[in-house]
Amino acid sequence: MNGTLTTGDIGGATALGSIAATEKTVFDHIHSWLVTVDHKRLGLMYIIYALVFFVVAGLEATLIRIQLAAPNNHFLSPQVFNQLFTMHGTTMVFLVGMPMIFGFANYLVPLMIGARDLAFPRLNAFGFWLSVFGGLLLYFSFIGGEGMAGAGSAPDVGWFAYAPLTGKAFSKGHSTDYWILGIMIGGFGSISTAANIITTIFCMRCRGMTLAKMPLLAWLNLIMCGMVLIVVSPLTAAQIMLLLDRFVGSHFFDTQAGGSATLWMHFFWIFGHPEVYVLMIPAFAFASEIIPVFSRKAIFGYPVMVGATLAIGFVSLSVWAHHMFTIGMTSTGNTFFAISTMMVGIPTGIKIFNWLGTMWGGKLRFDTPMLFSTAFLFQFLIAGLTGIMLAAAPFNWQLNDSYFVIAHFHFVLVGALIFMIFAAVYYWFPKATGRLLSERLGKWHFWLFLIGFHMTFDTMHIPGILGMPRRIYTYEAGRGWGIWNLVCTIGVAFQIIGTLIFVINILLSLRKGRPAGNDPWDAWTLEWSTSSPPPEYNFAEVPTVKSRRPLWDIKHPSDPDWKYE
Amino acid sequence: MNATTTLSVETGRPAIRSLPIEVSADRVPSKGVIGMTCLIIAESAIFTIFVVAYLYYLGKDLSGPTPRQVLELPILNSICLLSSSATITFALRSLRNGNAKKFNFWWLVTIALGAYFLLGTGREWHHLIHDKGLTIQTNLFGTTFYSLVGLHASHVIIGLLALSIVMAFAIAGVVKREHAERVHVLGLYWHFVDVVWVVVFTVVYIIGR
Repeated sequence: MNGTLTTGDIGGATALGSIAATEKTVFDHIHSWLVTVDHKRLGLMYIIYALVFFVVAGLEATLIRIQLAAPNNHFLSPQVFNQLFTMHGTTMVFLVGMPMIFGFANYLVPLMIGARDLAFPRLNAFGFWLSVFGGLLLYFSFIGGEGMAGAGSAPDVGWFAYAPLTGKAFSKGHSTDYWILGIMIGGFGSISTAANIITTIFCMRCRGMTLAKMPLLAWLNLIMCGMVLIVVSPLTAAQIMLLLDRFVGSHFFDTQAGGSATLWMHFFWIFGHPEVYVLMIPAFAFASEIIPVFSRKAIFGYPVMVGATLAIGFVSLSVWAHHMFTIGMTSTGNTFFAISTMMVGIPTGIKIFNWLGTMWGGKLRFDTPMLFSTAFLFQFLIAGLTGIMLAAAPFNWQLNDSYFVIAHFHFVLVGALIFMIFAAVYYWFPKATGRLLSERLGKWHFWLFLIGFHMTFDTMHIPGILGMPRRIYTYEAGRGWGIWNLVCTIGVAFQIIGTLIFVINILLSLRKGRPAGNDPWDAWTLEWSTSSPPPEYNFAEVPTVKSRRPLWDIKHPSDPDWKYE
Repeated sequence: MNATTTLSVETGRPAIRSLPIEVSADRVPSKGVIGMTCLIIAESAIFTIFVVAYLYYLGKDLSGPTPRQVLELPILNSICLLSSSATITFALRSLRNGNAKKFNFWWLVTIALGAYFLLGTGREWHHLIHDKGLTIQTNLFGTTFYSLVGLHASHVIIGLLALSIVMAFAIAGVVKREHAERVHVLGLYWHFVDVVWVVVFTVVYIIGR
C-alpha cells in the first residue's frame, strides 16, 4: 500500500526459512507445531483453539435459543438444557475468552516491544498445553461425566456453580468434578502465562522503549496479566475447597454442617467480576491500537488511557458483591458495592471519550477492523449504561437473574469483546499470514453479525423487564415473552451466517488472499516493521525506538513524534 | 505493491537501527526474580482466600473439638522453619563468595530444618487425628485447619523437593557461583513459604485459639 516505506524487512528471514522448509513431511510439520516454544506459533494455536470452542459454544447457544423460541417448547430435555447453558457460559469465558486474549497477547506483545520471544518460552508452551488439557478435560465430561456407571453427562450446575448444588449430595457422578478440574488446570495455565507476559514486558523491551513509550496494547496487557495473578487464584482456592468437600468430606460449602453457601458466592465473584475486566481490557487494547491507525491520528490522551485502565483494574477488585444484592446484605454493603460499581463507569467513560477524541477530526478509513471498532464503541457504551442501571441495588432487586442481566452481559462480552476480537483478527491476520482477509466478505460478516447481534440482544432486554428469569427451561404462553424470544432466536441465524462467512473468509484468504506486505495498514507500531509473517526470531536486529510510534518516525523523518512527546 | 516493497528493501539498512540508544541494558531487572514475584503474588491470593475462610468459620462449629481444646503452640517447629530463612541466606552468600563447601553445609542445614518442620506437622496431625479425634470431616474447625495448614505444608514439600534437587547438583559439584542468581530465585520461594507460616501461625495458633 505504501511504497515509500523504508523500514524494510528487519526480520530478513526468508533465506533461513526456505532452507529449513525443504524435505519436510506432514508429520514433521505437525511435530514442529506440537513441540514449538515460539510465541507466535503458540499465540496462533491459542487463537485457533479459542475459535474452535467459539463455534462449539455458539452451537450450544443456538440450541438454547431454539428451545426458547416458543412457549411450551420441548426441543431439548430439561437436563440437556441445564447442561447446555452451563457449558455455553463456561466455554465462552474459559475456553474462548481467556485463550483468545492470551493468544493475542502472546503473538503481539513481544513483536510490539521489540523482543524475540517471551521471557520463558518453555513455560509459555507449558501454559498453552495446560489450557488445552483443561478444555479437553471439561469436554470429556460429555462422555465420562457419570464415571464408570455408563453414559456421560456434562456439568449442569451453571457457570458459577453455586453451593450447595455442587455438593456431593446434589451433584452425583463426576460431571461437577470435570468442571472443577478442567477450569482449575486452565487457571494454572493462565497464571503461568500471565507471569510470563509480565516478565517479558518488564525485562525485554527493546532499547529506547521506556514504559511511557510502550504501545498501549502492551500496557493494557500488562495490567490484564497483573489482574489475572490476583483474580484467578481465588477461584483456584475456592475450587480446591470444593474438591475437598466432594472427595474427602470437608464442610466448606456444606450448609448441613454449618458451612456457608454464601461464602462460595463471595469467592466466586471475587474472581468472577474482575474476570470480566480481564477479558475486556485486551478488547480496550485492540481498540487503542486499531482506532488511531484508521483515524490517521495518534491516540488521544495516552497517559490518561493508562491511568484509566489502572483505575478500572483497581476499582474492579472491590465490586464483586453487586452480583449478590438479592442475598440480603446489610444496607452498608449494598451501598458500598453500588457506589464502587458505579465508580468503574468513570474511568471507562474516560476511555470512551479518548477513543472518540482520537477519531475526532481524523481522516477516518472504514475498513473492516474499523467497522467492528466503531460498533464496539456504541455497544460498549450501551452495555455500560445498563451496567449502571443494574448497579443500583433496588433496581437490581427487581431484575437480578432475569434476561435483562443476560442481555447486559452479552452486550459486554459479545457486543464489545467479540466485536473487538473480530476487529483484531481482521487487523492482524495479514501480519500472521502475509495475506489480507477479503474486505468484501468482511463487510458481509460485519453487517450480518451486527444485525443479528442487535436483533438478539437489544430485544433480550425486554422479556427481562417483563420478568422472564434466566436459566428457565420453558415458559407458558400468554406471558408476553414469546414474540421477543422468537425475535432473539431469529437474530441468532444472522449471527451464524455472519460467523460462517468469517470462517470461509479465513479459509479462502489463507490460500488466495491479497498479499499483505509488511505494513498493509500504514501503521506505526513495531510489529509492522518486520516481514509478514515474521521470522522465528522476529527481528534480525533488535530495534531501537525513540517515541510511541517508531514507524511514524521512520516514515516521516522531517516530523518525528519524539520531538513532541 | 507490497511484494515489491519486501524485495526491494531487503538490502536496505533498516532505518530504525540508526536511532541513538537511550536505555542501557544493565538496568534490566532479572527475569527470574520478576517471574517468581508473580508466582508469589498469585500464591498469596490463594492463601488469602484460605485464611479468610478460616477466620470466617472461626467459632461457628456445630460440634467440638474447638481449637482451644486441642491445639498446642508449635514453638520449636516455627523456630526451625523461620531460622531456615536465615540459613538459606547464609548458603546463598557462600555461593556468591564461591565457597562451595560452606554452601553445601548451609543448604543441607536448610533442608534439615524444613524437614524437621514437616515432621513436626506430621506429629501434630497424628496427635490430633489419633488422640483427639479431629479429622477434616469432624467439624468446620477440622475442615479449615487441615486445609490451611495442609496447603502450607504442601508448599513446604514442594520447596523441599526443589531444595533437594539443588543439593543433588551441589553434591555432584555443578552448582557454581554463576548459578547464584537461580539459587536466589528459589530462595525467594522459600522465604515466601516462611512468611506464609508467620501468617498461618498468627491466624491459627494466636487469633484462632
